[in-house]
Formats: sequence, C-alpha cells, structure tokens
Amino acid sequence: MGEVLIAAVLTIITAATPLVYASIGEMISEKAGVLNLGVEGMMLMGAVCGFAAVNATDSSAIGIIVGMLAGSGLSLIFAVLVLGFQATQVATGLALTIFGIGISSLIGQDLVGIAYDGLPKLPIPGLSAIPVAGKLLFNHDILVYGSFVLILVVSWFLRSTRSGLILRAVGDSHDAAHAIGYHVIRIRYMAILFGGAMSGLAGAYLSLSYSPLWIENMSAGRGWIALALVVFATWRPWRVFTGAYLFGGITILQLHAQALGIGVPAQVMSMLPYVATIIVLVLISQDHNKIKLNAPACIGKPFHPTS
Amino acid sequence: MIETAVNSRNTLLRLEDMTKAFPGVVANDKVSLSIKSGEIHALLGENGAGKSTLVKMIYGVLKPDAGQLYWTEQPATVGNPAAARRLGIAMVFQHFSLFDSMSVLENVALGMEKGIDHVQLEQKIVEISNRYGLPLDPSRHVYTLSVGERQRIEIIRCLLQDPKLLIMDEPTSVLTPQEVSKLFATLHRLADEGVSILYISHKLDEIKALCESATILRGGKVVDSVSVVNETPSSLAAKMMGEELQLSEKASHTEVGDVRLELNGLTHIARDPFDISLKNICLKVYSGEIVGIAGVAGNGQDELLKAINGEDLCSPADSVKLDGKACADQGPNQRRALGMASIPEERLGHGAVPGMSLLDNSLLTAFQRLEFLEHGFIRYDRCQAFCKSVIDNFNVKSNGMGAQAASLSGGNLQKFIVGREINQKPTVLVVSQPTWGVDAGAAQTIHDGLRDLAANGAAILVISQDLDELMSISDRVAAICAGVLSESFPMEAISIEQIGLMMAGVDPSSELKDQVSGRLLNQLAGQSEESPGNPP
Repeated sequence: MGEVLIAAVLTIITAATPLVYASIGEMISEKAGVLNLGVEGMMLMGAVCGFAAVNATDSSAIGIIVGMLAGSGLSLIFAVLVLGFQATQVATGLALTIFGIGISSLIGQDLVGIAYDGLPKLPIPGLSAIPVAGKLLFNHDILVYGSFVLILVVSWFLRSTRSGLILRAVGDSHDAAHAIGYHVIRIRYMAILFGGAMSGLAGAYLSLSYSPLWIENMSAGRGWIALALVVFATWRPWRVFTGAYLFGGITILQLHAQALGIGVPAQVMSMLPYVATIIVLVLISQDHNKIKLNAPACIGKPFHPTS
Repeated sequence: MIETAVNSRNTLLRLEDMTKAFPGVVANDKVSLSIKSGEIHALLGENGAGKSTLVKMIYGVLKPDAGQLYWTEQPATVGNPAAARRLGIAMVFQHFSLFDSMSVLENVALGMEKGIDHVQLEQKIVEISNRYGLPLDPSRHVYTLSVGERQRIEIIRCLLQDPKLLIMDEPTSVLTPQEVSKLFATLHRLADEGVSILYISHKLDEIKALCESATILRGGKVVDSVSVVNETPSSLAAKMMGEELQLSEKASHTEVGDVRLELNGLTHIARDPFDISLKNICLKVYSGEIVGIAGVAGNGQDELLKAINGEDLCSPADSVKLDGKACADQGPNQRRALGMASIPEERLGHGAVPGMSLLDNSLLTAFQRLEFLEHGFIRYDRCQAFCKSVIDNFNVKSNGMGAQAASLSGGNLQKFIVGREINQKPTVLVVSQPTWGVDAGAAQTIHDGLRDLAANGAAILVISQDLDELMSISDRVAAICAGVLSESFPMEAISIEQIGLMMAGVDPSSELKDQVSGRLLNQLAGQSEESPGNPP
C-alpha cells in the first residue's frame, strides 16, 4: 500500500511541475503589468523544440535549453508587438497561443511516434536513501528540483530584492515608475522573456519527462490553468505553488479513482481538478484588501512613454 | 548633509532659449531663466502656459528641441531623470509618482539612486522627517495616507538625495491652508540651508508669500522676469494673463426656494480598500443656491458624487431625495429622469467617452430629458441641434460635432461637458472640480453658466478642492473629511482658516465657544503669519 501511495505522490509531483513553471513565469510577467495569454502557445513551442533538440543531439541539457529559448523566442514576438507597437495585450496573447499551436504542430510533424527515455533521474547521494522521503523528494530529474529552486528564488526576489521592488513598481504604476526614471519598457521586455522561458521549460518538461514524447497539442490546456492559477493565487508565489500542487494532485487522484471503477461518470471526475482548484483558491482569496495590495494595478494597460 | 549657508550667491541653473514643440503647438518658445543658490524662484503661468513642459525638460523627462542648460555655469545635458538626480535636481510631481499598494519605505527606496539597506533607510526617513517637521510612518501603505502625507513622501524622497535644486510642481493644489503654511516653513528652511527651489504655481498670493523672484510664462514664452518684492498680486496677474480679467460679480440671488436635493443620513460602505466610506451625510440644497463642498482630495468626494448621481446605490431609499422623491436605491437614469444632472471630476472616461464624437457624447446623458429617442430610434436632428447649442453657448473650440472627445483640449472638453449638463436645464446639478485644469477664461464661462442655472431655480452642489473657486461661487460651504461632511455655513460668515479647519475634520463652530480649539486656531493663524514672511 505504501508503495502505491508513494507512486501516487510521485505522479502528483510530475503533474504539478509544469504548472509551477508556467504559472510562476506568467506571474512575473503580470507583476510587471503585462498580461500574456500566450502561455499555452509558448508551452507547446518549448515542448516541440525541446523534444526535437533531444532527438537531434541526444543531449537532455541541450533539449532543456532549446525548450527555454523556444518559449522566450515566441514571447519576444509578443513583447515586440505589445511593447514596441502598443498592440492590445489580450488579442496579441490569444493570437500567440493560436500561432504556437499551429507552428508547433508543423515543427513536430516528423516527431510524432518517436520514443524517448525521459530525463535521467538524479538521486541526491545520501538523502535519496532515506526511506519514503528519499524517494519522494530526492530522486527526481533536474527540472523537478529546478521548480523547487525557482519558487524559492522568485519569492525571495519579489520580497527582498531591489530589482523585485522595481518590477512590482512598474506593474503598480508605470507612469510613476517612468517619472522616477525607470525603464518601464526594458523591464517589461525582461519580464516577458522570463515568462516565455519558464513556459518553454514547462513545455519541455511535458515532452521530455512527463510523457515523454511529442504529441500535437500535448499541453492540453495547462497553459490556461497556469494563467488562472496566477489570478486565483492573487499574484503570490507560494499560493501559485500550492495551487499547482492542488490541481496536479486532484488530477492524479481522480485518475486513480477512475481506474478503481468508482460509479461516477468519468466526465464528472475529469472536472474535479478544475472545480476544486477554483473553490479552494476562491476561498483563500476572500480578503479584498489583500488582493488589491498584490494585484498589479497596471496589468494589461499599454504604456506610452511620451506622455 | 545639505550644503550650509551659501554666501556667494552663484547661479546654479541657467536655461538658454529652451524650445520644445509638440504636434500643433510650441509648448516652450526660447525660454530662458536663471536661478541662484538658495533662491526660491517662481515659475508663474496659466494652465497651458508651458510650465510643466519646461520643468520636465530640466528634470530630463522630455528632451528639448533646442536650447542649452547650464548647471553651475557649465553646459550640461540631462538625458533622463537619473542624470538629473546625479546633478542634484529633485522634483516633486503635481500628480505624485507614488505606488499605492506599497509602503512608504518601499516608495522612498524606489526613488533612491542605489539600493540601500531598508533598516538604514528607515532610520534616515525618520531622521529627515523629524528635522523638517514632516511626520511620516515608514511602514504605512500609501493608499491609507492623505494627500498631504503623500506629498511628504515625495519631499522626503527628494531630500534624501541632498538636492541642490528642488522643483515643486503646483504643490499646494491638494493641501489645506494649514498644510500649506507648514510646507512653506519647510521650504524656507531648505532655502536657508542653500537649496534652490523652483516653485511652479498660478496662485499669486502664494508666490508673493514664498518666492524671491519669478519668471512669468504666457503661451510658451517668457513674458517677464521679476523680483517679487516689487510686484503686487494684481500686477503679476496682469502679466500672467495678458489682459485684466473681468471678475464677474457674485450674483445676489439670496432668495432660496424649496429643498431640491436632500441628503438624509447618507451612508455608503466602501468595498474597495482604496475608496472612502461615506458616513451619515446630511445636507439640504435649496432651489436657487450653490452649495460648495471643500475638502482635500481623497476624502470621499468621488464617492459622494457617485452616491448622489446614482452610480452607487445606497439604502435606505430616502437617504437621497430629489425634489422630495426618495431615490437612493435608483440608478443614474432614473435620477436623471427626476431632474438630476452630474459632472464627474474625470473628464475623459467618466464625463465623456474619449473615442466618441461630441454628438454621441451629448446623446449619452441627454437622451432621456430631451427626448432624443422615439420608438427606439435616435432622433439625430434633435441631438444635433442640442449639441450645436452647447458648442455655441459655451464657446467650445473643436472641429465641430463630429470631433472626438479626446481630441479637445482639457478646458474645451470641460466647457462642453458642463454645457451639456447645464443646457439640459436640470433641477439639481452635482459637479465635481468644475474648473480643474482649465484656464481662467474657460473657468469664467463655466462659473457664469453655473450661476445662471442657479438663478433659474436649480439647486447646485459644487465639490471642489479649489478654495478660491468655492469662495467666489458658493452661497454656502461645507467640508468633507474622511467621508464625514461638516455642517454648512453661509459663505459670508466663515473665513478661509475656518474652512481649513473643517477640511481637517475640526468643527469650527465649537471653537468660538471652546477655549482650547480657539487656541489651536490662533496657533495655526500665528504659524501662517510667521512662516511665509517676505524673503530678505
């Protein structure tokens, strides 16, 4: 029984990891005041390019890096359009998702059906030998460890560093930040590129570790879940992390429950993760003041530096 | 920390032929001025005279098209605000450059050139705020602070950089008279320590009280550079406006009729942490009178306007009555049908739809009262006639009825919006900041329109932060502070200091009997006498 439980928890971690990457990346972009609805598209780009790179070079490191670059490359298009040409962020983001779905299918045409062993597990010497905890926490691939590090670094960055303060300032009032002398556009470029890189990483995790293979449209809506998590988690990193694990957890549990043959229609069970995540996050975000304090006030608004 | 006692009065900043043009207008045309160390120099001019453009070029926010800036007689280029700060130029903005959801400490840290340990910074903030009498709690969030306190953040942020030149863009427009006298005391102290101050304003008595010299701008050009001691407020006004302005007599329509607008225990709990809750507001406005509501920005003015015009619903229904009819539970259209009209503070986006034509904008609020709709279709002929009458009556300069609201200048759009409401002949008009950011000529048109409307029997409520405006048009005045409305007093029975007390939430009627607050008033009056004394 213990073995089954451990296996279940391990799959929860693998289900949550891509959500952590994508939503943390999107959170940074939104904290700077940019709403990028293209997460889904950037994830798919990361997934297909990462997989193609591994297939070509047989190096998982190169696959991961290429996945990141592909995500940020797509986000660069978005950044140029919304920051350079002042295009509407919502429409541009939607277009980016549609574009990402199409181009990833095109790139991945010949990759469908190719198998890959998945990223190597990197057990941490000593620690991984601890019963139960060792298997749960210290026997993962690089991207799972990376997601733990990411959440620690990002929450420290936003809370305690000057750069984090500036990032939040730009999202809170770009006019004030500009008047004081910060480069609003430059900071937003960096935030968007970071968000893109993280989405790309999330996609690379899907094709290199979670599945691991390439299927068209394999992100299956996770980009949208990541977007929703950021909002429901009121732009706070640890809540994003919790939300990602909650969603991943219920997804896995309902799959197991379906396998056990519970007399509930499969469609209802499949709804559970969405419903549960929304309910929990709505419950923990009851305090309007807290939301107001954490929500970037300038989100989605174009910035005209001349005014 | 700050250079002490500069005896040799060197020229600190000199501008030579600064020129900046925007599409369609030359905002600054060969503007020159010079400021000495430790001098308080006024930059005087009407709205649109080019004052803000000039200081933005000094502070590096805008790039000049032509002209040269000399800093301590060396040619200098200020490419961006950071470069300005490195030279020793600091600026307090008219619309504060603050971040609402952050703490005072974080806001100050953002204005610092380099990263600094927050514990150290907190000590410095406390030190500076004690030294200059600018009390401020570093851990408070900005949205919980009054406008006066917000301004203190900006000033402290500037002072922490040891500035040699402090630019203040209309700093008193949002302060109570008492806060103004405190600010002036701080500025005098800074000037004594050798800091130069460039003080932008169009308020002549302030310039007379504070400044040593003045550069007067009109239409983007320097009209004159004067020593303030040799000038009177009216001579300054003449130079600023170019022509003696005919100040219209206050209409003497003292006969008041029935109660038209009645607020009876109006209470509205704010749902948004950035909004103010209205608490038990009682007021009657009679036919034929103009009642003014004074107050420092952010004390519930917006919320009051919304509660009266129906954007926010309140209960019980009889807490707002229009001509005796309870309507606190009804929306804007029902209230407009009862004879109410309203003019919000924000012109673009609230008073008018920026992307729509003037014609469509006039349809939006007037369709009901003036019956522009027939069987569900729009009668554009009626609408056009109405729109044309507004443009003609209020002298709105635009490219005709088809012009986009956003294409009008602020003053002309304000004239249009005020005219649109007045020409509907409402029985109750609520107007917020009727002449905010509007030049003197347009302000006069607007004030005349309001007076005529009152003379024809309407009840008018004017919410304004401009005390001079309220003094000149209101019959009665009350003040709002933290969502609580004071008692109202006839204009002739109250002094500007008493209104100031009311704006700060003190009841001025009690002090007449009460010794303690009487002394308080004396103290405040004494302060305002001693601090802004004439410069040597």
